Amino acid sequence: MSLPAIHAATLFDKIWSRHVVAQESERFLLYVDRAVVDDVRAPHVLASLAKRGLPIRRPDLVFVVQDHTTPSFPTHRGLGGSDFLDATRAAAHAAGLTLFDVGDAEQGISHVTMPELGVVPPGSTYVCVDSHAPTVGGLGALGFGCGSSELEHVLATQTIWLKKPRQHRIRLDGALAEGVSAKDVILHVLRIVGREAMRGAAVEFCGDMIAREPIEGRLTISNMAVELGARTSLMAPDAAAMDWLAARHPQERSAELAGVRKVWSALRSDAGAAFETDLHFDCASVEPQITWGTSPSTAIPVTSKVPSAGDAHGLAADKWRRAIDYMDLTPGEPLLGKKVDRVFIGSCTNSRLPDLESAARVLRGRRVAQGVTAVVVPGSRTVARQAERAGLREIFVAAGFQWGEPGCSMCAGGGGERLQPGERVVSTTNRNFEGRQGAGVRTHLASPATAAAAAVCGVIADPRRLAPNS
Amino acid sequence: MDKFQIVRGPAAPLLVDDVDTDQIAPVQYMRALEPDYRVALFARWRAAPQDFVLDKPRFSGAPILVAGRNFGCGSAREVAVWALMAHGVRCIVARSFSDVFRESALKNGVLPVQLDAADQGSFEAIATDVDGAAPFEVDLVKQIIQCPGGRVYAFSIAPHERAALLQGLDDVALTMAYAARIAAWEEGALQEQPWLQRVPPRKG
Repeated sequence: MSLPAIHAATLFDKIWSRHVVAQESERFLLYVDRAVVDDVRAPHVLASLAKRGLPIRRPDLVFVVQDHTTPSFPTHRGLGGSDFLDATRAAAHAAGLTLFDVGDAEQGISHVTMPELGVVPPGSTYVCVDSHAPTVGGLGALGFGCGSSELEHVLATQTIWLKKPRQHRIRLDGALAEGVSAKDVILHVLRIVGREAMRGAAVEFCGDMIAREPIEGRLTISNMAVELGARTSLMAPDAAAMDWLAARHPQERSAELAGVRKVWSALRSDAGAAFETDLHFDCASVEPQITWGTSPSTAIPVTSKVPSAGDAHGLAADKWRRAIDYMDLTPGEPLLGKKVDRVFIGSCTNSRLPDLESAARVLRGRRVAQGVTAVVVPGSRTVARQAERAGLREIFVAAGFQWGEPGCSMCAGGGGERLQPGERVVSTTNRNFEGRQGAGVRTHLASPATAAAAAVCGVIADPRRLAPNS
Repeated sequence: MDKFQIVRGPAAPLLVDDVDTDQIAPVQYMRALEPDYRVALFARWRAAPQDFVLDKPRFSGAPILVAGRNFGCGSAREVAVWALMAHGVRCIVARSFSDVFRESALKNGVLPVQLDAADQGSFEAIATDVDGAAPFEVDLVKQIIQCPGGRVYAFSIAPHERAALLQGLDDVALTMAYAARIAAWEEGALQEQPWLQRVPPRKG
């Protein structure tokens, strides 16, 4: 019989306790190692701090990004024209903050650029004024999203007050089948777990599926843990994570990195560490997923049928009906073959190099179907450069995809696309809420491969049926 | 931020679960740096032919919103709170809240109330029955909600949250009292894990 370890700590506990500055009854003052503010919030946040006469405590640890309102194409007018971008630029310069501007080598989505630039090391705390901050958990960093007022506090004090969240662990084992990706795994998990059980919690992902997964896929899973309602999510940084970071660090830091690895290696949950729940998923049987409804937890295998009221996995009848009507679907009809108007590949969920590679495998030697507008937006200029070097851009463009400028683009509707009510979109983003991509727009969330399959077929399609052309 | 002590007025029932911030404050209505938050609030729901609760004259400026489970989920946009405030909402009674939305509400002097599970159903029933015909009173000093007809519900809230709302204080001044500890933390980190305190230089 094995005895539970005394004082066994979780990965979360270790990072959390390292960063506690003070405690007042049930809330903790946590040090924030990196803070990020984006273009839709920077103008207000920085103006408000100036108005309140509050200096930014550590401008060297704060980053400003232009991602939400960056036009997806030079011909587009992003949200507010250039108002947000101009105001953000002016405010960042006035405050003396590092800005990753439109046109810069580091341009891109915060949750894509911060990890790839080596700005957010494992074991660090990261606060961004955007809900998908926990993306960085894929590298073993502790990310928290927050509102604008909270970020003002962070910038003024370099700390954040938080209640310690409950902790859950999700073990993902099994080798993924051909045509199945990290996105399919997390959509599958979302269907089973729903959006209530882990609301407000810290979720650790582990298991041999994660160990085999490239860092980019881990970031995808950590990113969408937010849709579980999780406050944050984490994965232990392994040798692959450290190698990934080392490869992206400027040369001058590689010597330091060697010593750092030892510290990072201790960032894992001790045997016997307690979690409120410990869930286990066998990912070998996961099929390509797609959502049918207006919540990310309405994912089903792409080959299955739109659920009828009785088997809508816990969705109350009125919500099921509302989703069916909004999405213009018939209960019991297959999703395969449903005509699509647009395809979008991008966002902080699925805009990294392996995402583009998996879509390109489907697209090579094929053409986007007549009547489909297909857009791919790399998450960062770095990804775009890598993709161009690898010949991926050529494949996308030859297939008839439009290749956009790094940013959030069609995910939250700030990139300047004008979608018509009733359009059906297969999108690699993270949210399919009513109107998310435009009033009346019907969003189906899926992996890059499934999105690419929809683009070439003109209908919702199974990417496993499209064997790669050589 | 405005102090919150006692708020009295109609309680508008919006008993829908998982109301996300894309519904409360759609991006398409945020084209200006200072948009009209009153227009943005639930703009798409109000555009539909149905009678939206906050558009009914008896709920004009209603300070209390009664909501379902997981209210304010999705995007962290604080404009969702500002849009509700623009309508006059000062208190939201919900089955549960998204954390980020709840924290943003508190930062703006809006009281988020989660009643005991045993009380939620009957409170919602009263709000639905009264339907704006008589005022509710939310008393943060006593931590109770007084319903028309006399029924009283007690609610709990963390002491620091209650104190901040009652006095209209924000956290920065309070946190500044820990400035020495924050500096000491930074010093310690610089010694033990310097990479936490230093950012790699920007490439040429």
